[in-house]
Amino acid sequence: MHLSSDELIFWQYGFAKLNLTIVTTWGLMLALTFGAWLITRKLSDDIFISRWQHVLEVIVLGVKAQIEEVGLSQSRKYISFIGTLFLFIVVSNLAAVIPGYEPPTGSLSTSTALAICVFVAVPLFGIRELGVLGYLKSYLHPTPVMLPFNIISEISRTLALAIRLFGNVMSGGMIIAILLTITPLFFPVVMNVLHLLTGMVQAYIFSILATVYIAAATRGEGA
Amino acid sequence: MLIDWFTVGAQAVNFLILMWLLKRFLYKPVLDAIDGREQRLLRQMQDMQAAQAAAAQEREEFERKNAEFEQQHATLLEQATTEAQAARQQLLEAARAEAAALRAQWQEALDREQQSLSRGIATRTRQEVFAITRKTLTDLADTGLEARMVAVFIRRLQALGMVEKVQMCTPAGQKDCQVLIRSAFLLPPTEQAALTQTVQSMLPIQPSIRFETEPELLSGIELISNGHKLEWSIADYLTALEASIGDLLHTLTPPAAPTAPHPEPAHV
Repeated sequence: MHLSSDELIFWQYGFAKLNLTIVTTWGLMLALTFGAWLITRKLSDDIFISRWQHVLEVIVLGVKAQIEEVGLSQSRKYISFIGTLFLFIVVSNLAAVIPGYEPPTGSLSTSTALAICVFVAVPLFGIRELGVLGYLKSYLHPTPVMLPFNIISEISRTLALAIRLFGNVMSGGMIIAILLTITPLFFPVVMNVLHLLTGMVQAYIFSILATVYIAAATRGEGA
Repeated sequence: MLIDWFTVGAQAVNFLILMWLLKRFLYKPVLDAIDGREQRLLRQMQDMQAAQAAAAQEREEFERKNAEFEQQHATLLEQATTEAQAARQQLLEAARAEAAALRAQWQEALDREQQSLSRGIATRTRQEVFAITRKTLTDLADTGLEARMVAVFIRRLQALGMVEKVQMCTPAGQKDCQVLIRSAFLLPPTEQAALTQTVQSMLPIQPSIRFETEPELLSGIELISNGHKLEWSIADYLTALEASIGDLLHTLTPPAAPTAPHPEPAHV
């Protein structure tokens, strides 16, 4: 038994390696992209559209609405980043119903990579909206005394993002694995359902926190 | 070690690639399709609103034209009614005028007939009077009417005053005197001679005397000279007789209907 899918390495050359996390991520990327291409290649702007287009529109408009509810009125600028975060984590977690599947979000490397992406994206979006000085001033908000605390907050929340996602997803998989050894008949099924719910909630929490951070950065309100 | 930094980098790159792929194949096409549909719906709604506005305008135009038509219809009806009443009044006036003209024409014809009748009666009366008088004088007094009339006329001439005689035949700047003696009957030569002698004897200058017969003359004999006229007439008697006969005729004539379009002249 292993804690992370990073430990299962298929190929390695020095520092570079090809582990299960990366391979699974590629598979998910391929599935997401292919599915999106399959449906969007026959998109119609007519009133009458296909069922799959309806599904995609519901998802995209749902994400868009969530972004706007947080306060980012120009949601089209951020939907690629936040929507991809949400969809990737959701699909990663929901795919856990497949036997033998290990979600890449259960790897601290993946959740750290996503948290780092948020960590980098927040100042980029903030600078794009407010300019470099405008964004840096937000660290002095409400008083310059708060500068160190704001910097610590910036780092700690990134760390929290990574650990929260990793801990929830990894623990869910771990609990199921342990329960399978103890009560292999009925209880793991319930836990698996609970794990799906947890995965969904975690995807929502991760993406909505990223949105809140971006919204705060683009308004100059500091960390 | 839970964190493999190569995997972290690889996953970050994978995430960026996935972000680009989903933007390319998911978000952009879907959002574009939604925007296109919204634009299409907006255009359709605008077209529909424009169509509704056009329909409302056309309806308003139709109602306005309808009201105009109703008003025009009422005006024409009123005008036609007025014209019909005017034409009716005109026809009535024309009919009344025609009736009045016919009535006047009938009255004129009646008057002419009455006058003709009166003249006939007068002529006949005179003839009868003269005939009766002549016969009476012949039978009872053994004398002629003409002779008696001439005698009476001569006596009247002789009874004229001196002033009247001088005025009768002394015109200013004239040395001769023209005397015309007219009678309803042809005077016999003896009466003409008596009259000539009487006239010549009563006038200061010698007149030229001329005799004429006028059957229509009501009077018996008249003498005309230089604008002076002396007559012995039974006109007053005949006028009284005509008045009496006229009253009798008027009494016998039935009253005419005032609005009779074609009255028949009354024949007496």
